[in-house]
Amino acid sequence: MVVVLFLLFAAVAVGCAVNVVLQSHPIVSAVSLVGVMGSLALLYLQLGSPFIAAIQIIVYAGAVMVLFVFVIMLLNAGSEVHTGRSLVARYIGIPLLVLLLGLLTFLIKALLRTSAAVEFGEFTVATQDVGQALFTEYLLPFEFTSILILIAILGAVVLARKELN
Amino acid sequence: MISVPLSWYLVLSAVLFAIGISGFLIRRNIITVFMSIELMLNAVNLSFVAFARQFRAVDGHIFAFFVMVVAAAEAAVGLAIILAVFRNRATLQIDEIDSMKY
Amino acid sequence: MGFIGLTLLKTLVFSGILLVALLYLQWVERKIIAHIQLRVGPSRVGPHGLLQPFADVIKLLTKEDVMSPYVSKALYLFAPFLAVTLALVSVAIMPFGPEVQIFGVRTHLQLTDLNIGVLFLLAVSSLGVYGIALAGWSSNNKYALLGGLRSCSQMISYELPMTLAVVAPLLLLNTLSLREIVEAQRGFYFGFIPRWTIFHWPAPQTIGFLVFLVAAFAETNRVPFDLPEAENELVAGFHTEYSSLKFASFFMAEYANMITGCNFATVLFLGGWQPLLPHSLGADYFPSVLFGLVGAVALYHGLNPARSRDTRTLPVVALAFWILAATFLVPAVQRIFLPLFWFALKAGFLLFVFIWVRGTLPRFRYDQLMRFSWKLLFPVAMANLLVTGLLVALLEA
Repeated sequence: MVVVLFLLFAAVAVGCAVNVVLQSHPIVSAVSLVGVMGSLALLYLQLGSPFIAAIQIIVYAGAVMVLFVFVIMLLNAGSEVHTGRSLVARYIGIPLLVLLLGLLTFLIKALLRTSAAVEFGEFTVATQDVGQALFTEYLLPFEFTSILILIAILGAVVLARKELN
Repeated sequence: MISVPLSWYLVLSAVLFAIGISGFLIRRNIITVFMSIELMLNAVNLSFVAFARQFRAVDGHIFAFFVMVVAAAEAAVGLAIILAVFRNRATLQIDEIDSMKY
Repeated sequence: MGFIGLTLLKTLVFSGILLVALLYLQWVERKIIAHIQLRVGPSRVGPHGLLQPFADVIKLLTKEDVMSPYVSKALYLFAPFLAVTLALVSVAIMPFGPEVQIFGVRTHLQLTDLNIGVLFLLAVSSLGVYGIALAGWSSNNKYALLGGLRSCSQMISYELPMTLAVVAPLLLLNTLSLREIVEAQRGFYFGFIPRWTIFHWPAPQTIGFLVFLVAAFAETNRVPFDLPEAENELVAGFHTEYSSLKFASFFMAEYANMITGCNFATVLFLGGWQPLLPHSLGADYFPSVLFGLVGAVALYHGLNPARSRDTRTLPVVALAFWILAATFLVPAVQRIFLPLFWFALKAGFLLFVFIWVRGTLPRFRYDQLMRFSWKLLFPVAMANLLVTGLLVALLEA
């Protein structure tokens, strides 16, 4: 049952990811990317991390991707025009990518020969544990990321402002 | 099999990462290239959380959390840059934004 | 009855009640707004217009389904489906009552309890933006696009103060599960003030409650924040190109979002199904007294009627309320239905506030709306969170 669920969500994730790359209009790619993030959130639930799954939906699928969809709608980006300048990337890049993928899979299988199986529900990280670690052991990165977010807000406001000529 | 081996999660992460790379290299629209970068970041998040489960540690979750926060900040600034570029060049094709001078 | 059978039964009951509530919420809204505006509202279809929702449903379902050939078909058909699904899904985790025993079966009056319940509701409301944005974009219509863009930016701007207003009570209650949030608000201060979050000592969450309520108005696109669907501004906003069943879906999604927001505010700030008065002050007889009073008012208006038709209908209404008051005196009914009554009373009062504001306030202009969110509501919510955190750290350590 767990295997069926994993295969289902993995298939949805890979299908939506391929759709992101293959669609010509950016907004359909954006909606497919939301699908990828949703299925990844369900996989995080299977891996025993409800907090990260919820944060994935709230932050990634519900804020970052809304920003993408908003910008695509604002700029009224049309379908992509196919130029011929990426032929090298397409005809040499894809086989090399498949080679990279095969290499990674081989390495993973070789190094994790006695890989522990992931049982659903066996080990769950509660929100309290994440909060505990975040505010004690990882307090310095937490404060730095807050400053980083502040800088990002300032940068976005300055860059996106209309020119006041 | 009654449970899922860890390597399956890592292979899925590698597959998503590879699809992200291919999107990054093939597509000519800035926004789609940016979305492929987000796809790569998501794939890395998956492997972080999978390893956190493997080693029964919470550090992987913390790393995934920080990756998400940084990706959100990067998306905000990146999209603001795209807006500014669109305002100046009136195009979203990377091939046409290839010189510093207008 | 196994776990699956019981859950299926509860699902059927809860969704049935939710759908009936959606149907009649529209009737209640039209009647209340009509009386605020000194007119009568629907009164022809059935006594006091009670069959009006059915007439509306039949009308919407039998209308011609016009679909322009220039729309992006996939997204056009997907958007209302997404909006309605996300709006209806939150009834699955709402705690409507404690653990009760009905005909020998012990069960919670709640479909399921997630240990990240609050995050689930926030996630669902974040995803709700997509229904509107995609509807506005896929309609291939500049008014719909503008309405979709405005609604999208309005919803994401008001998500921030809403989330901050939600975090402050979580500091006091220390749990994300909705069932435990309601359980933690049990008891009374000084014997008569309920231990709800808005009355909490030392950090009462009244400001947080008001911020949440205002943000909920904006999240559900209700007046005074309903510019995205303003009829004299944008034709009809993001649902301009939708007709018949798809339009009905957006309509239903808006009311379901309203019900979700009121339920969430009730659980988080008003103590869920916890009673207003303690047992010692006679809380068990409160519903009977309330329904008895309502029946008396209805009888009075039936005997001094404003319209001649009222002499036939209002005494029947009075009788129905008195029968209801009598059933609430039976202890077996009281055990199961009292928590439901308190929950419905509080959520119903908040829904009445939603409808009351719709009949009273004018609409915000778009830049006023955005300025209100970023310059007033967000700092207030942030200040509320900081003060609450400070008080918790100093006094409850």
